[in-house]
Parts: sequence; C-alpha cells; structure tokens
Amino acid sequence: MKRGVVKFASSWQSAALTLAIGVALLFLLPGLVDDFTLIQLTIYAVMAILGVSLGFIWGFGGILCFGQAAFFGLGSYTYAIAVINMGDSTVPFLLAIVVPALFAAVLGYVIFYGRLSDVYMGVITLTVTLILFNLINSTAGPEWKIGTAPLGGFNGIPGIPTLNMPGNVDEVLSQQSMFSIAMVCLLLVYAGLRWLIASKIGRVIVAAKENEQRVLLLGYDARAYKLGCFTLGGAIAGLAGCLFANWGAFTSPTIFGLAMSAQIIIWVIVGGLGTLVGPVVGCVAIQWLTTTIGTQQTFNSNLVLGAILVVFVLLVPRGIVPSLGDVIEAAWRRRKPQADSAIAAPLQQTENAR
Amino acid sequence: MSAVIPLLETRMLNVRFGGVHATRDVNFSLAEAELRCVIGPNGAGKSTFFKLLTGQTKPSSGQILFRGQDISNMQPHEPGRLGIGIKTQVPSLFNGLSVWENVWLSARRTNSNQQAERITRDTLERVGMLAYKDNLAGLLAHGLRQWVEIAVVIAADPPLILLDEPAAGMSDAEVARTAELILEINRQHALVVVEHDMNFIRMIAKKVTVLHQGAILREDTPDRIMSDPLVQQIYLGKKSH
Repeated sequence: MKRGVVKFASSWQSAALTLAIGVALLFLLPGLVDDFTLIQLTIYAVMAILGVSLGFIWGFGGILCFGQAAFFGLGSYTYAIAVINMGDSTVPFLLAIVVPALFAAVLGYVIFYGRLSDVYMGVITLTVTLILFNLINSTAGPEWKIGTAPLGGFNGIPGIPTLNMPGNVDEVLSQQSMFSIAMVCLLLVYAGLRWLIASKIGRVIVAAKENEQRVLLLGYDARAYKLGCFTLGGAIAGLAGCLFANWGAFTSPTIFGLAMSAQIIIWVIVGGLGTLVGPVVGCVAIQWLTTTIGTQQTFNSNLVLGAILVVFVLLVPRGIVPSLGDVIEAAWRRRKPQADSAIAAPLQQTENAR
Repeated sequence: MSAVIPLLETRMLNVRFGGVHATRDVNFSLAEAELRCVIGPNGAGKSTFFKLLTGQTKPSSGQILFRGQDISNMQPHEPGRLGIGIKTQVPSLFNGLSVWENVWLSARRTNSNQQAERITRDTLERVGMLAYKDNLAGLLAHGLRQWVEIAVVIAADPPLILLDEPAAGMSDAEVARTAELILEINRQHALVVVEHDMNFIRMIAKKVTVLHQGAILREDTPDRIMSDPLVQQIYLGKKSH
C-alpha cells in the first residue's frame, strides 16, 4: 500500500501547496536574485510551460507526441509575425495560442478520427515538426514575408516587439514583468490542468488512456476526448512559444528542430511521467544543468544529457517526482508503523464527503 | 406504437470470415426485461454472435435491431449511448484506477456528479464490492474483477445488458453468487448471457438458445434443452466424456 503519497498527489491540498510555493517564488525571486539570474529563471518558467503541455497529453492522455516543438514553434512564429504586422501585442498574444491549437485540432482530427495507431502518432507528429522546420528554414529571401514581417529563413526573426500593456503600444513591459508573466502563466496552466484532471472530462481522458475499449463501451466517444486533450496541449505549447519569442525578442527555425522535441520528452521522463510538477522539475533541472555544463570545456553537454537520460531510464524509470514520493512514503512509514491506519481515517472521510 | 417491438432482434444475420461461415441466418429475438442464455459447444459461434451484438464485428448481411433501430453499423461508442451495457469475456476494466473510479465513470456519463457518487455507492453495495472501493482494479483477483465489471455495467442503468461468460474462471461459491446477482439484475434489466458452463445455466436460465455451427439449433426452457437428444449429442455428450 503506497496510498498515502499517491492519494495526496491527487488531492486538492497538493495542488494548493504547489501553487503556494509557485506564488511565493513569483513574489520573492525578483527581490532575491540579480537581473541576469532573473532572465535565466524566466526562460526556465517559459520552458516549464512547454514541459507541462507534453506532461499533460502524454502522462494523462497517453498521447506520446514527438512533435510538441511544432506547436511551440508555431506559437512563437505566430506571435512574431502578428506583432510585427499589428504593433499592439494583445491580439498576437491570443493568436499565438489559438493558431497552434487549431493546427493541433486539425492534426489530431486526422490521427484520432482516422483511428491511426500509436506508432503512426509518433511518426506523424515527428514528420510534421520536420516539415515545419524545413519550410521555415527555406524562407530566407526578402520575397518571403507575411504582411510586413520577413520570415527570415534560417536566420530567424530578430527584434520582435515584446509584450506591451494591452491597448498601449508605448508601454512595453520590463524584464521583471516578463518574469512575472511567465510565472503567472505557468501557475495558471498548472491550476487549470489540475482542475481539468479532477473534472469529469479529465477523468474520462485518463480512463481512455487506461482502457480505450472500456471507455467506448461506456458510451464515451474516446476520439473527442483525446482530440480535446491534444488540442489543449497544442494551445499551451503555443503559449510557451509566444513567451519564448518575447523572452529573447527573437525566434528561429531551430525551435522546430528534432533536438527541441527530444528535449521536451527528456524533461518529462526525468521529472516524472503522470505528474504535472514532474515536467517542471525535469525542465528546470535539465536546463540548469545544460547551462552549467556549457560554462566548462571538459565535457560536451549533449554527452552528459545523454548519459543522464540513460541513467534515468535504467535506474529511475518513473522520474524524480514519483520516486521522491516513494522515498517520502517509505521514510514516513518506517518512523510510524501504524501511519497507514492514521492516514486512512481522514482519507476515508474525504472519500465519503465527495 | 405496437407493444410487440422486441428489445433486441436480429434478422437473417450472417457473418463469413473468408471461407468460414461463423453465423448463419440467425433470427434472434429478446423481449423487454427478458433473461436469455446463449449456449453452444466450442466453435458454435457464441463469441461471434456476441461480438455482432456489441458492434465489435460487422455482419456480412442481415440486421441487428435495438428497439427497432438498426445498430449493426454503429461507431464503437454508440451502443453504450443507446443503453446497451456490455461485459466482455476478459474483464475490461481501468486497471490503473480504483474500483470506485471505474464504476463512477460509468455512472457519471448521464448523471450529475452528486447522483453519480450516490449511484456508485449503491451499485458497489449491490454487487458486494463496496469494501474494495479504494483498491486498484488491476490488482484484484479474477472473480472480483468480474463483479467490478458487472458493477460498471449496471451503474449506467442500461435497459439491455450483454454478458460474455460472466462465470468464467470463478470458484463454485463465486459462480453461485454471480448467478444470484444476475437474477437480481434481471428484475430491472434485460440480459443476454453467453455461457458454456451448464451448471451456471441451470441456476439462471429461463429460456436458452442453442447455437451450433453458427446457426440457432434450439430455443427452449433449460429442462427441455437438456433432455433434447440432438443437443445432448452435439453439446452435452461431448462435454461429459
């Protein structure tokens, strides 16, 4: 019985605790660290949103998408192109979420309503990412532009106007506020997904991952639930892409690349599949490690990342967060042998109160 | 509306897999609230017939009517929506979820959250599985899994329930309990039970359909079926040696 920690992980208390820590970081970090570190932390938060998007569709929807970077890149390019054309960043911000979501919806419709198997899911999402990469990569000439925005090909799009106060183009948000925005987005995404997973729709999505045949026999149209899950994942990845374009005021085709997609999968595996905090932890840990390794010359950072992935798959296959849960559970039980009955009673009550 | 529209009816149902004629000209009719057992020796076409009723297999020709509506070419999720509850031969449960969650998902489709909670509790109580509500479905013993699946099916309150070998792999005590449960369920729901365990059939059957080589051989009360020389020859005779 490892019910204690598992139960806690799915309770609203754990969501509240995570959010409380997040809010604390949101308000405390800007005062504690210098500007350079804060900019670093901002990109961690942005990438964490991307990690959570895959953590949700893979860990809860059972959809292993090899091309989550496609939606990320689309969000980033949509924002860049729209904001260069429009000036004000409000509508481009929304478009950067809607366009990848629509793209995911069309792609998902073909996959789920065509009843393609999981293998094809991987092949198609991977291929779509590579197509987008090659497409954007080959738009270097001045003749490639959408409106007034040159696509830039392999050079990417530099000097993207960053977010301004809605309706006031001149009031561009500072680096400090970029951190706050990224953190608030991350926390909202987390809270929203926790709420969704606890709702009827979320529970059917999880059930469809467990046993699609039973979901169908119960009369739920599993295709629709999977499509919804996949589309939402695309929207969240698009949001992350938009924030990414804002962070460096720059975007380039490399974010559609294979390395990017692989990296997201590694975050989720290392952090813990089947949790929402896991991808955040995995993302921050790996990114911090990559940056740290990058400052020295002895080891190649890709080599170290590869080694870490192998170690995790072999030794910690469930990832950091679930394994940490196991350790806490074991330690707690060693200290209190009767803990099981002690925690069982209040859990029973919440069960009854449902 | 005439009262004689059967709950479930098949008309000249045929299935061919390559050269195998798995279902031949089956005309089957089930009244509202009826309990029907379908038996037959191995290879008689029981499983194919069951898969036809649940939409997992498409007929080569013929019709399957549920309250007069053709259901032979439905999407896999549509029988459930119409009110056909299905228990497959190998229990099909959400193994990674608790027993409670399994039943709740069934109850919640058409009910509000509050109602679903109440129905889940009542249903688990009814099949005697309330004590296991927090257990993972995947970790339960086979017999218990069968009951959880029965609970999942009846929680949706379907007018028609199709059970494929509900007593398979059960101990004698469990079989007896399952028989009681099925008779109790039959007070509110019509059932089609596909089985090959004759002892189990004796406990529950009111009317039995015997399949042989894909076609309906006999349709009668259990006593007359079991004393029928032809049925004994093809089915019981084989079983007793």
